[in-house]
Amino acid sequence: MYSEKVMDHFQNPRNVGEIENASGVGTVGNAKCGDIMRMYLDIDENHVIREARFKTFGCGAAVATSSMATELVTGLTVEEALKVTNKAVMEALDGLPPVKVHCSLLAEEAIHAALWDYAEKNHLKIEGLERPKTDISEHEEEEEW
Amino acid sequence: MKNLIYLDHAATTSTLPEVVDAMLPYFSAHYGNPSSVYDFAQQSKHAVQQTRTTIANALGCPDKDIYFTAGGTEADNWAIKETAHAYRSKGNHIITTKIEHHAVLHTCEYLEKNGFEVTYLDVNEDGIVTPESLEKAMRPDTILVSIMFANNEIGTIQPIKELGEIAHKHGALFHTDAVQAFCQVPINVKEMNIDMLSASGHKLGGPKGIGFLYIRTGIKIGPLIHGGAQERRRRAGTENVPGIVGLGKAVEISLATMEERAKKESELRDYMMDRILAEIPFTRINGSRKHRLPNNINFSFQFIEGESLLIMLDMEGICASSGSACTSGSLDPSHVLLAIGLPHEIAHGSLRLTLGNENTKEEIDFVIEQLKKIVGRLREMSPLYEDYMKKGNK
Repeated sequence: MYSEKVMDHFQNPRNVGEIENASGVGTVGNAKCGDIMRMYLDIDENHVIREARFKTFGCGAAVATSSMATELVTGLTVEEALKVTNKAVMEALDGLPPVKVHCSLLAEEAIHAALWDYAEKNHLKIEGLERPKTDISEHEEEEEW
Repeated sequence: MKNLIYLDHAATTSTLPEVVDAMLPYFSAHYGNPSSVYDFAQQSKHAVQQTRTTIANALGCPDKDIYFTAGGTEADNWAIKETAHAYRSKGNHIITTKIEHHAVLHTCEYLEKNGFEVTYLDVNEDGIVTPESLEKAMRPDTILVSIMFANNEIGTIQPIKELGEIAHKHGALFHTDAVQAFCQVPINVKEMNIDMLSASGHKLGGPKGIGFLYIRTGIKIGPLIHGGAQERRRRAGTENVPGIVGLGKAVEISLATMEERAKKESELRDYMMDRILAEIPFTRINGSRKHRLPNNINFSFQFIEGESLLIMLDMEGICASSGSACTSGSLDPSHVLLAIGLPHEIAHGSLRLTLGNENTKEEIDFVIEQLKKIVGRLREMSPLYEDYMKKGNK
């Protein structure tokens, strides 16, 4: 059901854990639909992400997308990190099953939420960053016959 | 490759070797159509009849009350839809429960769209439908009550005899989906006030694609499948003769071993439940401990999600299932776990293990050790666990 990359990131998730006194922390999703992601970012004075860590309650895809997202944003500037989309996360994982696309949306939103927290703490305005949605859900589509 | 530890017997079972042996001649030597007149086909006809007798004896009913179907789902569809059609002049109210299999729930929802009224009974925290709640829901226009014998997820066994009695007292028919219970616990349709009963072959060591519906003599429901005179004109289509033969053999063996299996499996079940409860904190057992199928185990591990758990178990060669949303293809967790009152996040972290005759204590010990490791690992990764521990430490 999952690609080899997804399975690899699920079995050996990168950057699991917390960062003490993180520059920004964002939590998205809700337990009701079974996914919660928390992203910790350590950002230096040049607005470059030195380290990213995560904790996730969720399925295999949720863990793998969080893990991949932390890898993708590490070393990027805040502005660059903002451009890491759910599509980029999915592509880096060699795709996700259609029912798991919302997991990648959650990963994108977790990055935004952590950046938002960073911006608020430092009274910064980051171009293009909007208040994150805490709840990512999508409507189930009826299959056509 | 790792040894496979199969703990998902409620999903399906392997077809017993004796069953396969019994079936094989009916693909080749005895391939005749039971409806044909020539002598060559008589063996097929006889074999179908033999299975009918085996099942009828198991349930305590006349042979002619057993009708072969393509499985439990068809049997459920048939019983509910055709009772609704046949008894419509008497009323249009049906009663079922919130914890039924989708074969019953979706059929009832279909009937609701077609002008019938359906009451979905609540269950208590053990997953039991109380006789009082059925009594309260009965109406003069109630034509059918359909309540499963034992639940497929949490293994809770219903007080079928009492529930059937209440349905009859109010002039309604009583159907039960016994897919998980047949050949696991003793069933007598007459003593238990059952008018119709659905069952399936592949849950008890038989082949897939075969099941049956028991319809008590005197119940006037028509066929669901039209197109031929098979099964006393009530279920058209050439009989699945090898499947029926396999079903017969599986029932014969399962009945003979039922008592012994129930003892062995319930001991393993209780051993595992006790150990997990003692050794993994923040864990609960779902379903009744007393009124429970001998082979069903269902846990909720707080702070973790079921699909992750299943994948990690799979990597150790352990086959299990979960009530997590991610395994159902929707965002909602199991309707059964929600019906017994679990909050969403705890329902998401559920695990169902269903035992079979071949499972050993060594396997269970291995699974317990793996579960301790995996649950611990997933909790380390869980923001819910982090929040809980931080709050707890303050």
